[in-house]
Amino acid sequence: MSKRIDVESLNVYYGDFLAVEDVNIQIDPRAVTAFIGPSGCGKSTFLRTLNRMHEVVPGARVEGKVNLDGEDLYGRGVDPVRVRSQVGMVFQRPNPFPTMSIRDNVLAGAKLNSRRMSRSAADELVESSLRGANLWEEVKDRLGKPGSGLSGGQQQRLCIARTIAVKPDVILMDEPCSALDPISTLAVEDLISELQEEYTVVIVTHNMQQAARVSHKTAFFNIAGTGKPGRLIEYAPTQEIFNNPKNQATEDYVSGRFG
Amino acid sequence: MSTATLRKSSLAGGQAPRWLPFAVGAGALVLGAALASLAGFSIGLWAVFAGLLFVVAGPAVVGAIEGRRKGVDALARYLVYGAFLLALIPLVSVIYTVLARGLPGLDLNMLMTSMGGVTGATDNAAAAGETPVYGGAYHAILGTLVVTFWATLMSVPVGLLTAIFLVEYSGGRISGLIARIITFLVDVMTGIPSIVAGLFAAALFVQIFDDPSMRMGFIASVALSVLMIPTVVRNAEEMLRIVPNELREASYALGVRKWRTIAKVVIPTAISGISSGVTLAIARVIGETAPILVTAGFVTTINANAFSGWMTTLPTYIYYQIVTPTSPTNPGISEGRAWSAALILIVIVMVLNLLARLIAKIFAPKTGR
Repeated sequence: MSKRIDVESLNVYYGDFLAVEDVNIQIDPRAVTAFIGPSGCGKSTFLRTLNRMHEVVPGARVEGKVNLDGEDLYGRGVDPVRVRSQVGMVFQRPNPFPTMSIRDNVLAGAKLNSRRMSRSAADELVESSLRGANLWEEVKDRLGKPGSGLSGGQQQRLCIARTIAVKPDVILMDEPCSALDPISTLAVEDLISELQEEYTVVIVTHNMQQAARVSHKTAFFNIAGTGKPGRLIEYAPTQEIFNNPKNQATEDYVSGRFG
Repeated sequence: MSTATLRKSSLAGGQAPRWLPFAVGAGALVLGAALASLAGFSIGLWAVFAGLLFVVAGPAVVGAIEGRRKGVDALARYLVYGAFLLALIPLVSVIYTVLARGLPGLDLNMLMTSMGGVTGATDNAAAAGETPVYGGAYHAILGTLVVTFWATLMSVPVGLLTAIFLVEYSGGRISGLIARIITFLVDVMTGIPSIVAGLFAAALFVQIFDDPSMRMGFIASVALSVLMIPTVVRNAEEMLRIVPNELREASYALGVRKWRTIAKVVIPTAISGISSGVTLAIARVIGETAPILVTAGFVTTINANAFSGWMTTLPTYIYYQIVTPTSPTNPGISEGRAWSAALILIVIVMVLNLLARLIAKIFAPKTGR
């Protein structure tokens, strides 16, 4: 399953502070969409509004609409927990649960919710999720060992396996490779291009080559100055953003003439 | 290699030998003994002179060999050594005294019998060597365990839940205000004198049962839990706060509800610290005397029921054996019992500490490949 996301005039606030202003964007299913932009421009904040993770921070709120296949995530009576089980998220720093084994980490979504599952079904889910995250061959002999014993790149793929084990429609990735070395980054990037066959993937990255390599469409966010809200400047197919941007700020940023 | 040893390195200065601290220490001990005997010998005086000589002479020698900067460095280092030894003196002294005086009286009688039926005449006969020493601290050991058990059973849920509220649920404006008030009150509670906690519990139950002589083990447990709760809250709060936020977010992002996240991710991650904190809180209140006296009273017989009848714990047992010896003419027997009871108390606290380490180790996040 894979769903499209339509965002209509979204404002994101932290308390009284307007962090991101008036975003309108249509994110395609079965594709990779990259968000680029300078630090502090609100791209991570915006990403977190797509599965209502931003409200974990006290005082954070939004105005506007985020439609997941036509259903408003911010409609009345919408349960953020159900939103998050459909829109998964991978974080900047690999964060496997330190008290759990590799196997339990993959099953965390089911186990933490006390979902009953036969042993064979659980084994199957572990294998398919780890295969989906290109990690199965590396860890199949030590599923009972703690997840924190893996290398950083393996941990990040374990986190991706954990995310796809709950079978979401959308996977959000917040700079998933920024803490990884080039080889692990390559492994995760390969994985991302496989994931797009089944999921809607949205990735925030500081690495423009990465955006160019993995994404179909790219959104450029920018900020006018400190204390000003971040805005979506330009959103277009990746080729166009990098080779023929319409906006001067985008061109400055992607060609490295920023600031 | 040979040329390197022949030519003196321009980077290396003089080097004091590694055995220097030991040599200075031995010299300080000998010289200190000599100085102390000049002023009328005593062990205390000897320790003071030896310590002063050690702290002054060591850096002086190092300074002479290695230069001024190294000398100052050595002064700081020798002061640290000195402070460490100073802190060790009372600890070693207490353990030695309790072992020396408590071990001889520690037998099966001490562990397995109460003071029921033991009178001054029994002690006098024992002092005269006609009978063995009868009477022990079984009822006090039992009382200590029962009172502490109920106190723990009340304090841990209250303390842990308070800590969870403070860390996980105090984000809003009103709940944040409540959290600040609770934190302030917990700080105040930490400083409550233990006798006040005892009087509070005693007064509370006198009010409830309308009986001015109301005493039982459970009232003592209430008094102890008043002392325990702030410690448990403070410790659990700190342990919960150091659980990385990333783990909470990872759990939320998997569509896990907040209470499940707390119960299955946050608490398991912090459980080793929380459990050792709880044990330390128990160890702190297990030695309380004053609040027990005013709430549980004092008896010489066995009582395992915290909800009826008076109860004795080890601290009150020690107190009464010293203050009102069973046989006023032969107080040595009671004194021996008190020391043995003190030894038992120390062993219980030590076992609790070891238990805390064990629990912490079992629950600690696993590492390894």
